[in-house]
Amino acid sequence: MFSSPRISLRAFAVWRRNFLVWRKLAIPSLLGNLADPMIYLFGLGYGLGGLLPQVAGVSYIAFLAAGTVCSSTMNAASFEALYSAFSRMHVQKTWEAIMNAPVALDDVLAGEWLWAASKATLSGAAILVVIAALGFVASPLALWALPVIFLAGLSFAALGLIVTALAPSYDFFMYYFTLFITPMILLCGVFFPADQLPPLVQSVGAWLPLTHAVALVRPLLSGVVPQDIALHLAALLAVAVAAFWCALGLTRRRLLK
Amino acid sequence: MNSPLQVRGLRKSYDGREVIAGIDFSLVRGECFGLLGPNGAGKTTTLRCCLGLTAPDAGDIVLAGEPVPLRAREARAKIGVVPQFDNLDPDFTAAENLLVYGRYFGLRDAEIRPKIAGLLEFAGLGGKEDANIRTLSGGMKRRLTLARALVNDPELLILDEPTTGLDPQARHLIWERLKRLLAQGKTILLTTHFMDEAERLCQHLAIMDAGRIIVQGAPRELIRAQIELQVVEVYGEDAPGWAAREAGKFSQRVEVSGETAFCYVDEAAPVLAQLAGEPQLRTLHRPANLEDVFLKLTGRELRD
Repeated sequence: MFSSPRISLRAFAVWRRNFLVWRKLAIPSLLGNLADPMIYLFGLGYGLGGLLPQVAGVSYIAFLAAGTVCSSTMNAASFEALYSAFSRMHVQKTWEAIMNAPVALDDVLAGEWLWAASKATLSGAAILVVIAALGFVASPLALWALPVIFLAGLSFAALGLIVTALAPSYDFFMYYFTLFITPMILLCGVFFPADQLPPLVQSVGAWLPLTHAVALVRPLLSGVVPQDIALHLAALLAVAVAAFWCALGLTRRRLLK
Repeated sequence: MNSPLQVRGLRKSYDGREVIAGIDFSLVRGECFGLLGPNGAGKTTTLRCCLGLTAPDAGDIVLAGEPVPLRAREARAKIGVVPQFDNLDPDFTAAENLLVYGRYFGLRDAEIRPKIAGLLEFAGLGGKEDANIRTLSGGMKRRLTLARALVNDPELLILDEPTTGLDPQARHLIWERLKRLLAQGKTILLTTHFMDEAERLCQHLAIMDAGRIIVQGAPRELIRAQIELQVVEVYGEDAPGWAAREAGKFSQRVEVSGETAFCYVDEAAPVLAQLAGEPQLRTLHRPANLEDVFLKLTGRELRD
């Protein structure tokens, strides 16, 4: 069940199916993905930011903008890999239909994984465009944030697919959001620098994938080359690959018994 | 020509319970083969094994010339599947469903698009290209699923209970289309628990129960070999009492179910003559059919 993935180019047909659905509703989908992070960004950025001096060398709203790009990427990838993938797997039986064609489960899951990361990149990029237009981006170095967002999308999509493989119903996803996603937003330096936290909590945060995404995206948006690039990229890549492997094994166990 | 599907010694267990207990069958090209059995007989698991979606514990499967599960993907490229439960893509129109499904076979859009109108026409859905799936009736959805299964021009079509839940009009339309496909030279494997469906469509069939094939052959042969020629059904409050008193004297075999007695006979005249003197009982005299064979072999208890 946990043998190595056997992925073919047919995975792209699965990706394309999801892209076609998204394209039909692209504008409302993008606006929907933008609204929530923008409310937080402006509300906290101006409301709280007015009370604060500079945070980590930049204005609070610029600090928060970089965090928001990362947390929105995480949310978009997670929602797609949880709710949308679960609908297709369990409710609509779309995966079952696809697997009656010459497409293996490995291809289906790989297609879903790449799609969730792509959708997360689309929504991360949309936020990047908005905050660049508002002047919170320092230089074209910020474009390097896009591949980082895609990699972070792969990590969070793969983690989400593990939960989907285990989920009996939609209600199950609340646990994942409450126990994993929400704490990560607070531990990984989205709203405030993580070094404000007690050392023990900080050391937990250092192991979480969102920390590594933030550590790369924030300097890039401020026009600075990040430190320890290889370490952070390797951490995101390791989570992405290990979690996908695990999700694939669990999904095979669920659907191919 | 070799068989589109050969199954030898297929076995599958779940948690120590044998769901398929060693079955053999093979299809003849251009013919319809029916896999019959009550719920839980192992029909759907058999189909999943044949498609390479479940790994069997033992046995050999050759589907469209390819060993399964080893080369299941290559095999599935040459067959079409109509699943038991509709799984059309609700996010797409009828035409988009066919287009997207064709892509899963590696077909290019330029190959699929010209076929769509013809496939919809065949399914009795001409002009419904832009119809939303949610607006289609159950029968229309099943026909669209049939059209979807034909998008790769398969040599073998596998249908899992193709008419379950459909009204008589919709069932007859599906049967008529399946006969047309047979006339075009396609091979069909279907599972069903409708005996009239099997009798109408299948040249060969196998009756499965508890993971085994109990009997297989042509429908007419099975009826001739397995059961008496005639059936006299006797209804009424007193039918069970009458069956206990009288039926045995005139019938080879009697079965009682609720307030109905089924008398299986090769010659119906004696039992009908006796019943003429029992005006409180209603009777129906008919030739034996596949359902009688099925019930004889698999019993009358409910399977849930």
